Amino acid sequence: MLSSFANPARFMGFSSWAAPALALLAVALFAIGLPWALFVSPADYQQGETVRIMYVHVPAASFSMGIYAFMGAASFIGLVWRHVLADIAARSAAPIGATYAALCLLTGSLWGAPTWGTWWEWDGRLTSMLVLFLIYLGYIGLWSSIEDEERAAKLAAILCLVGLINLPIIKFSVDWWSTLHQPASIFRAEGPAIHASMLAPLAVMAGAYAALFGALLLFNMRAAIHRRRIEAARLRAGAT
Amino acid sequence: MSAFAVTFRRDFALMWSGGGALAPLGYFLGATMLVPLAMGPDRALLAAAGPPLVWIAAALAVLATLERLFQADLEDGALDQMMLSPAPLEVLVFAKGAALWCAVGAPLALAGAPAAIALQAPLALVPAVVASLALGMAAFIGMGLVGAAVTASVKRGGVLIALIVLPFFAPPIIFGAAVAQGEAVTSALLILAGCALGACALGPIAAAAALRLQAE
Amino acid sequence: MPLRLVAEDVSVARGGRLLFEGVGFVADAGDLVELRGANGSGKTSLLRAIAGFLRPRAGRIAFEGVEEPPLALHYLGHLNALKGAASVRSHLSHWLGLFGGGIDEDVALERVGLTRQAKLPARVLSQGQGRRLSLARLLIAPRPIWLLDEPAAALDVEGRAMLCRLIDAHRAEGGLVVAAVHDVLGPTPSQTLQIGATT
Repeated sequence: MLSSFANPARFMGFSSWAAPALALLAVALFAIGLPWALFVSPADYQQGETVRIMYVHVPAASFSMGIYAFMGAASFIGLVWRHVLADIAARSAAPIGATYAALCLLTGSLWGAPTWGTWWEWDGRLTSMLVLFLIYLGYIGLWSSIEDEERAAKLAAILCLVGLINLPIIKFSVDWWSTLHQPASIFRAEGPAIHASMLAPLAVMAGAYAALFGALLLFNMRAAIHRRRIEAARLRAGAT
Repeated sequence: MSAFAVTFRRDFALMWSGGGALAPLGYFLGATMLVPLAMGPDRALLAAAGPPLVWIAAALAVLATLERLFQADLEDGALDQMMLSPAPLEVLVFAKGAALWCAVGAPLALAGAPAAIALQAPLALVPAVVASLALGMAAFIGMGLVGAAVTASVKRGGVLIALIVLPFFAPPIIFGAAVAQGEAVTSALLILAGCALGACALGPIAAAAALRLQAE
Repeated sequence: MPLRLVAEDVSVARGGRLLFEGVGFVADAGDLVELRGANGSGKTSLLRAIAGFLRPRAGRIAFEGVEEPPLALHYLGHLNALKGAASVRSHLSHWLGLFGGGIDEDVALERVGLTRQAKLPARVLSQGQGRRLSLARLLIAPRPIWLLDEPAAALDVEGRAMLCRLIDAHRAEGGLVVAAVHDVLGPTPSQTLQIGATT
């Protein structure tokens, strides 16, 4: 499976139908999930209607972390086995992950206003997500500031892996920091028991986010491969 | 002398020649001075919130020294020669980081004493602040090596280095600030030492890998 | 095993563009291989590939008679690897430590004609003097293979004569030289390789 992905021509063939298919799936899941989550599902007995933000917030949070892990794996494959497609996959995933992280921060802030009475609470989870967002920005910034694509890919891969090693440490220190400053009296939205009537729409929303990521990733990768081919053609034309 | 020793000696000498290492010190004290200017001179307020801000000033001051760390070696061809040494590139990168710590990091940690006092930290806490800064500088520099190496070929990459490296500064800042506030001092110092060790091990390996790519 | 450098069917690409392909040669102890070609033909890249700095897209570069190739070669690029604030002499002691072992700094300085400048900081050196200092690096730690990228650049007549003497002496001692050149270097090459002429 991996080796078939490693072949750009085969990837282009596969993605030409997979990308639109995933896009359709994402539209369908959002069409089901959003009304369900925002209108049909029950309001929380403590948080009331604001709990609906959770359906947008939680998948964004977990997928932005998951996408970074995906980039780490792709970076590793790109560095060790020198697969061009892995480099392209890591690069193409970054803006999506950054957008998910931004969405998570935005919805977290919106949720904070009625719940905590402030537009920004330095909550441990939100702070970790902010750090992740900044790591995404640094990664994208490095990519875009190095002209030689191949070198940019390898350097960004090193940075991505260093970030991956650091993330648990950052997470641990931010948790340590937040317990130091706020004893556990603060109410947590994501308590241990989420009622089944909330779990189902959440699962649909998670599926929608996953399908959207897959579709955007494949579209981005296709665009990157086209860009590389154009660049290569231009270089060949310039060389003769 | 060994390859490590000559690399350390040259970098240390070059950082001090022309008073180059004084600039980060001045930067640090200048940034510290801005704190009471922004917060007001009220001693109680400063004592409550001021001392951890020494860490912000120190992080920014060391950040400013990173841009040219490898860029100069890449531009003048010294990096090529480093790769032909019997010593692994990782060791030479470590030597450069150690030179930066001695030339800039340690003086900054010492300057942390007057800065913390000026920001109304209790005197009894000052030795712990200096020790924590010395450890924190090692952690900053270890991570900074990576940022400096991946951006070595980027012209005017100072802002980019800051963007790349600042998230990695979060753990040392958190534990360093805890020391400066006098909270959980011993455990925070221990964790800081762990951060420093980890960064000094990981940093040179990742930075050397990046530098080999830069030389291609 | 006697010293030998073999390049087989080497092709090198830079920034996604193929510079040359199918380059090959065999050089033995005492040989001087001249690389010729237009600007941008890839002479520097070939030297850097031999030095191990960059990975050829295809082909093989092999060393015989040396244990660790990077430690058996000197690379003299366009850049002289000089630090303006450091003195001429301190450069030599730096390289002595960096490469491990070698001859006395003063002997090396004398052979490249920089004895009088020993205490000067490198930033006051002229282009040609900087080149001479860089050449002294080849002497400070004896290594059998020299990779020279336009070694005569910025050198005056006397400097070129000095360079010829260094290369002759190195070959006589069983060394091997690969040099990218534009005009006649001086010493008779054992072979001349044209890079990038086919396309």
